[in-house]
Amino acid sequence: MLIRKPDDIPSSEITPERVYINRREFIGKTAGIALGGATGGALIGGAVGGGFMVGPGTAAAQTSPGGQRDWSGVVSEMGEELTPYEDVTSYNNFYEFGTQKDDPFKNAHTLQPRPWTIEVGGMCANPGVYGLEDFIKPGTMEDRIYRMRCVEAWSMVIPWYGFALKDVIDRAAPLGSARYVEFKTLHDPVQMPGQRSRVLYWPYVEGLRLDEARHPLTILATGVYGRDLPNQNGAPIRLVVPWKYGFKGIKSIVSMTFMEQEPYNSWKRAAASEYGFYANVNPAVNHPRWSQARERRLGEFRRRETLLFNGYVDQVASLYAGMDLRVYY
Amino acid sequence: MKRRRLLLKGLVWVLGLAPLVWLLWRGFTDRLGANPIEEVLHRLGDTALIALLVTLSITPIRRLTGWNSLAPLRRPVGLFAFFYLTMHFLWYSVVDQTLDLAFIIEDIVERPYILAGVTAWLLLIPLAVTSTKGWIRRLKKNWKRLHRLVYVATSLGVLHFYWQVKADTYWPLVATTVLVVLMLLRFRWRRA
Repeated sequence: MLIRKPDDIPSSEITPERVYINRREFIGKTAGIALGGATGGALIGGAVGGGFMVGPGTAAAQTSPGGQRDWSGVVSEMGEELTPYEDVTSYNNFYEFGTQKDDPFKNAHTLQPRPWTIEVGGMCANPGVYGLEDFIKPGTMEDRIYRMRCVEAWSMVIPWYGFALKDVIDRAAPLGSARYVEFKTLHDPVQMPGQRSRVLYWPYVEGLRLDEARHPLTILATGVYGRDLPNQNGAPIRLVVPWKYGFKGIKSIVSMTFMEQEPYNSWKRAAASEYGFYANVNPAVNHPRWSQARERRLGEFRRRETLLFNGYVDQVASLYAGMDLRVYY
Repeated sequence: MKRRRLLLKGLVWVLGLAPLVWLLWRGFTDRLGANPIEEVLHRLGDTALIALLVTLSITPIRRLTGWNSLAPLRRPVGLFAFFYLTMHFLWYSVVDQTLDLAFIIEDIVERPYILAGVTAWLLLIPLAVTSTKGWIRRLKKNWKRLHRLVYVATSLGVLHFYWQVKADTYWPLVATTVLVVLMLLRFRWRRA
């Protein structure tokens, strides 16, 4: 198989410079506090990484630096305003907690994101079961401001906090024959009462081709607006693939499996004629029941034009060279 | 008897206006959520469909209970249904689609669920127009025939609801069940 090397985006382009600079200041301060204040706590994360967390035994284990940052005036690389935190955390599709947009906000309190383990397995040299803290350890944590385009034709601009999925993949060392990676959400109807009804096949399954998974834009997020992910946004760890429809961004991940065949993702399984494996944002390929040409950016009145690959065409188009995007929707 | 009729009519007006007042209150107090345009669109649609089903349930309830004083309620309830359906359509075309005709036409032509909804609304226009006493007199037997279109319009409304849902078909199935039960009751009486 030919593995194409995607164009890299310098993180300075994704993270606005001001935030980038502030973050370093901030990390310097908090790191000091964490070291000085937490007895028996461990500082985890690389030199560039901002993620610090207090080791096991402390209730306040945290994977993000907290919400003290000032986000006013921060915009995306295209100059788009951020969607307010309140909207990002109260308007969600997370069927494990109900099918209405405000259900996850109302119901997700039953999820217990700590302690959390993630199983890495399948066709890789280094399978294992990791505690969340160890799982994110090699990652370089940073803010990433991405557009999020839902297949239902609405969108947001969200400052995630996370690290490149590639870091985890490299550590797992997938075998040469592995072509895909499959993710699963927690399956526990006690914590996720929506799983008692069969609106989808549980657990929720999503997947990526390995080159998509290794793409520098693909991240695992543990936070939003610099704070830990609220449960309704997929705590404690979720996938973010900004050039794909939102349903590819699987939430509350418990497993990652490397495989040769294409993962059978939940929405494709529910309605293959409507939702594919690729699910790349594409204004020219309509959903069979509605148009994908435009979208409503939450907070705006008039619908705006949807951009090919959600505006990340320069970075990701080469992944799909020669593919008919109408067939592989 | 007259008092009872007035009371029932008053009740219809209160219940009929309640969804509108509720939406306005939520709008003015910023309680419509992160996507207020979609929220209003959906609530107007729900209300229209519920009102249509209530219209269809009046006759069966009257027959089951013998409360003949319910009969005159069909007109106000039906007109409320038409009012909410019209608001739903206007909200869709003016607010949601900002009157972009090319997109509205594409929607109607290419999306069966939109076509079903728009057809239901169009079918109800002559019914609303001919709901006055004068028209009932003028159309005689044909009035009843014409107003049977409400069955078609309601069925299209349920279909419209069913087709736009992504995966959770619970409420569309509830609406379908109610519609089927109401229709079966009618057929039973016609044969008996």
